[in-house]
Amino acid sequence: MTDTPVAAPSRFERPSVLTFLGYALGLIILVWAFQGAGFSLEKVMTSPPRFADFMSRAFPPNLEPKVLERLGWKMVETLQIAFAGAVMGVILSLPVALLAARGLIAGAWINGIVRNILGFIRAVPDIAWALVFVVAVGLGPFAGTLAIMIDTIGFCGRFFADDMEAVDKGPSEALTATGARRLDITACATLPASAPAFVSTALYALEKAVRSSTILGLVGAGGIGIELKVGFDLFDYPTAMTVILMIAVVVIAIEALSTWARKTIIGEQR
Amino acid sequence: MTSSVTDLVDDKPAAQGLPDQTGAQRAPVLTHVQGTPNATVPLHDISVEGLSKTFGDTAIFSDVNFRLLRGEAVALVGANGTGKSTLLRCLLGLIPASGGTVEVLGHRITGARARDLRHLRARTGLVAQKHNLVPRLSVLSNVIHGLLGAHSGPRFWSQSFAPPTARAAAMQALTQVGLAHLADRRADRLSGGQSQRVAIARALVANPQVLIADEPCASLDPAAGEEVMALFFKLVREQGVTVVFTSHHIDHALDYGDRVIGLAEGRLALDATAASLTSTDLRGLYD
Repeated sequence: MTDTPVAAPSRFERPSVLTFLGYALGLIILVWAFQGAGFSLEKVMTSPPRFADFMSRAFPPNLEPKVLERLGWKMVETLQIAFAGAVMGVILSLPVALLAARGLIAGAWINGIVRNILGFIRAVPDIAWALVFVVAVGLGPFAGTLAIMIDTIGFCGRFFADDMEAVDKGPSEALTATGARRLDITACATLPASAPAFVSTALYALEKAVRSSTILGLVGAGGIGIELKVGFDLFDYPTAMTVILMIAVVVIAIEALSTWARKTIIGEQR
Repeated sequence: MTSSVTDLVDDKPAAQGLPDQTGAQRAPVLTHVQGTPNATVPLHDISVEGLSKTFGDTAIFSDVNFRLLRGEAVALVGANGTGKSTLLRCLLGLIPASGGTVEVLGHRITGARARDLRHLRARTGLVAQKHNLVPRLSVLSNVIHGLLGAHSGPRFWSQSFAPPTARAAAMQALTQVGLAHLADRRADRLSGGQSQRVAIARALVANPQVLIADEPCASLDPAAGEEVMALFFKLVREQGVTVVFTSHHIDHALDYGDRVIGLAEGRLALDATAASLTSTDLRGLYD
């Protein structure tokens, strides 16, 4: 064996012509997007005084007991919409995900159809779903709940299916070798293995639902969003600021609770 | 004589009923043939003729031929990448063969319908290198899953809902592997050796006639590996199960196999009785 020294590879790989053209194209698209988005450095530079003016009119926030009580109940309604919609959505996502996951219980064409439907559901923003349900079931929190539910199905249906496709195939193969049917294999091997990922995804869906439900009121679908709209429409910035702070506190608290639940449930059961 | 695999639908007493709780064993092939002449009973539990497998343009193996008598244990040896695991999976139809035929228990695997394959697999078992237990479920539930080939449905998904006969059969299998006291433990809290013993119990609980074992001790330390191999072969010999196993341990192939089949360069390079071979003969397959 010879001891001929081998030079270390260069620190950075020289890009190919195609890669270089890809970078250039990406840069052109970025500039084009900024132009279309109306990006203006002048507006950015002149905005701080206006922002400061808004803050001076919004602070201190409105902490009158009557206002706090009204906003508090609206926040409770917001959480009710989020929780009911997310739980229904997660439950309905399971059978949908089973049909969407490739190689489990449904054929390839059913997988394709269900995945396309889920893609369509995700493509439509939750606020648009809320508008649709306001027309369908009338103003109020039920329209918001249905909007959260359908949005959760689009989200969880896709990710539950991906989770099931990604699990270790060993246990499934072992059960296949015993002559078990697809449904038995899915129930006994795939679902238990996917459970931690399901819990994590479902908790994230709940966080997402809480964030979404705070703005559904803007279109009359219940929750605290209507108070935000009214606050800005009437130039009642202190009340609007109270709403913004309440939303921030609740969303941060829900995220912390979700992180704790995820650690507790998955950490113990993994 | 070879019958159609479809016949298994009406020819699977072992698959339909739960395992014999008396521990009755199948007769070895010689006694069976002499004592109960029956033209429909195959002399060979596994027959492989001209088997080949390719992945894309890459040929894994070709023109592989061998036959296994009932109750025979055959070691399949060869260097990494010679297609041993692929060949084992072809035997159970888990991977479709590219050419040739495979018959198991007198029924053709190659080209069989999914439903017929399921019925046949209810009479076979697989023990894999990584034991492949469902980690979040109990040991008992994992063993009960071994009965799913014969008994489909939610009652067999968990030990909590399983019929008493299924629970008893699974406990008996766990007793055989010495782990009855761990029946309620989660599978992911077992040691490697314990996990593999549970996998053996799951494979044996339905009283299979043919067992495929893909490097059953590869993921274990030498002591646990020896223990698992000794236990595995004690049980399969007692029950007269036909076994094909792979191993990189030359000693295991010679100690536990009646015959040794070797793959090299995509071909069957060796087929001889273990008694006629020495470890030097087998080492040549790894050069």
